[in-house]
Amino acid sequence: MTASCKEVTQLVSQGLDRNLSLGERLKVRLHLFVCTHCANVSRQMAFLRRAVARLSADESERRG
Amino acid sequence: MSADFRSQVESLRPYLLRYATLQLRNPETAEDTVQETLLAALAAEASFAGRSNLRTWLTGILKHKIVDAIRRQSREAPVPAAGEEMELAELEPLFAEDGHFKDPQPAWESPEDALGQKQFLAALEACLARLPARTGRVFLMREHMGLETGEICKELGITSTHCWVLLYRARMALRECLQTNWFAK
Repeated sequence: MTASCKEVTQLVSQGLDRNLSLGERLKVRLHLFVCTHCANVSRQMAFLRRAVARLSADESERRG
Repeated sequence: MSADFRSQVESLRPYLLRYATLQLRNPETAEDTVQETLLAALAAEASFAGRSNLRTWLTGILKHKIVDAIRRQSREAPVPAAGEEMELAELEPLFAEDGHFKDPQPAWESPEDALGQKQFLAALEACLARLPARTGRVFLMREHMGLETGEICKELGITSTHCWVLLYRARMALRECLQTNWFAK
């Protein structure tokens, strides 16, 4: 059966910090394919990374 | 030391201070690390010669100073028991018994547009400030300073697994906070 959202969201998060194994990647991909909630969470986690990067960029812009 | 170099370095002080304050959350420690950075930079003018971007170079020095400050702080304040921090009790209400989400997790509407808005970045900073101290620190070391997990673990004296749990917790908390305070509004 497909993995739980709890497990998949943890793997998605770890995927931003380490290389997932082939098995883990497959598990995540299969789950995201059928679960819109986790697919949304996954996109949001990736977005957080871009947003925090903007925080530094914006710091410099604010100071001109 | 050339006066020109000195004034260029000085002009980046506000940027460096903001960078350090975001990571360290303590204005005094942040001020100290920036001061050390500026002194180190002025003493090392020769080694900057030929590099293209002063801000990048200074940020690199600052990162080292920030990590030093964090290392000192974590020596003074011992790491809480891993068990406590590893439990994701606050996330339990999100999941049903079988580990699936209880409620729909909606998509965010045009998140990329939010990135250009000052109010959104302020909301993000407010959400960051609400994270538990060590969780926020680890998350910012990873996402703001761009350190690898291995490096973060080493500096804080925690295991990789512990680190991943804190990062997971930070991301889940931040998305919930932004969902409530920005995207659901």
